[in-house]
Amino acid sequence: MSGQLRGKQSIELSGPVRILSGASVVGSKEGEGPLGEFFDAVGEDPMFGCESWEEAESILQKEAATMAIGKAGLLPGDIRMMFAGDLLAQSIASSFGVVDLNIPLYGLYGACSTMGESLALGAMAVSAGYGEHVLALTSSHFGSAEKEFRFPLEYGNQRPLSATWTVTGSGACVLGTSGGKAKITGVTTGKIIDYGFKDSQNMGACMAPAACDTIYQNLMDFDRLPKDYDKIITGDLGSVGQRILFDLLSEKGFDISAQHMDCGMEIYDPETQDTHAGGSGCGCAATVFASYILPQLALKKWKRVLFVPTGALLSKVSFNEGQSVPGIAHAVVVEALQKGE
Amino acid sequence: MAQQKEEQKKYEQYVKEVTPVHSLPQNMAKAFLVGGIICVIGQWILNIAKGYGLDKEMAGAWCSGILILASVILTGLNIYPKLAKFAGAGSLVPITGFANSVAASAIEYQKEGQVMGIGCKIFTIAGPVILYGIVTSWVLGLIYWLFQLM
Repeated sequence: MSGQLRGKQSIELSGPVRILSGASVVGSKEGEGPLGEFFDAVGEDPMFGCESWEEAESILQKEAATMAIGKAGLLPGDIRMMFAGDLLAQSIASSFGVVDLNIPLYGLYGACSTMGESLALGAMAVSAGYGEHVLALTSSHFGSAEKEFRFPLEYGNQRPLSATWTVTGSGACVLGTSGGKAKITGVTTGKIIDYGFKDSQNMGACMAPAACDTIYQNLMDFDRLPKDYDKIITGDLGSVGQRILFDLLSEKGFDISAQHMDCGMEIYDPETQDTHAGGSGCGCAATVFASYILPQLALKKWKRVLFVPTGALLSKVSFNEGQSVPGIAHAVVVEALQKGE
Repeated sequence: MAQQKEEQKKYEQYVKEVTPVHSLPQNMAKAFLVGGIICVIGQWILNIAKGYGLDKEMAGAWCSGILILASVILTGLNIYPKLAKFAGAGSLVPITGFANSVAASAIEYQKEGQVMGIGCKIFTIAGPVILYGIVTSWVLGLIYWLFQLM
């Protein structure tokens, strides 16, 4: 089995891991954005018919999960286990969202990198033969995230230009062993990278060092160059984080400007939607992956991409106590199916 | 350790260089404009109240009360946050900003109940202003008292 281990932090999956389906549910702001037409469902009501932001986020997860399972032609009972997470304390959006699905659950917290974490763990489980069908699921909600990390929504304040806008949305993918739209061939597990930076309103700068570390390690471990990927896709670095990522990687001798794409920069139009540096949150990378990246691979427009969701590991308490905001990023290598696969 | 601190400083400095910021003169002009308008409205209410024959203190109470009510209503209608986004400190410093911070917390936390939600968290943002406002007036009172003794 050691043949599967690559370099210091990566795994080349030997068993087949296919992405059978992807589904996304987003809020109205995301629906009005440049990728609006790609999402499976857009909810006009930010509360999604619920009483609170947290309940609304749970509904998002339930809807996305149900839709992904349905698209794969399966029933919830066919899923062996799921890996799910969100941004809220004790991951309550996931716990209350998926309880009715009755699927064995591993709850995750990787901040906004959670979709990378859930896809990586799901892929490992499928590849090792521990599950014939596994679900990867994450969500975020603008209202619940603002409440958890910043101020009540109606409080009037000015957001700095480096701030990002938390995506209201949930994305889900069903992984399996055969068929499907694309395949996961490798993962690189990210380390916590802490440059001692403390500005939580500049998440891009907090997370860019982690993205740089994981991307660099992936290229080293798999002995690849940036051009071996059609796209290197980060989760939510935003425009400020992207600039920093380019600079940090060029110090290590790599130029990824031709391949790089950031989900946070794609999901909103900063000119008309007033989102400043871009979108963020678990839901950002998850919805863009499920509804935009996966179809591009299914259509074989892209052959191989590196999907690297990035997370900022802070809480309100750690921030108030003067701790830094460390970052983490997990990478998943996703490839288009070849003829006959 | 020293080297790590040095590198952290370097990164912080570099981030500062590449991060865009709001234009300060522009923000100050907007704050001056909106803050000024709010104060003019306050003065206008004060003058009208005095015109009805109220004394200075009573007229002042009416002025504050009406401004607070207006701010709370605008907060509930989601208009005050938009005003604050434009005006910054111009809408934060007057009494209307204080009212906004209290009303916003009340709206956000009402789902957590009358006691643990609204009760405990209504002053989440305004709390420091109240606490240090009282401490400052106590210190000033002390100084005033000492001056009187002399």
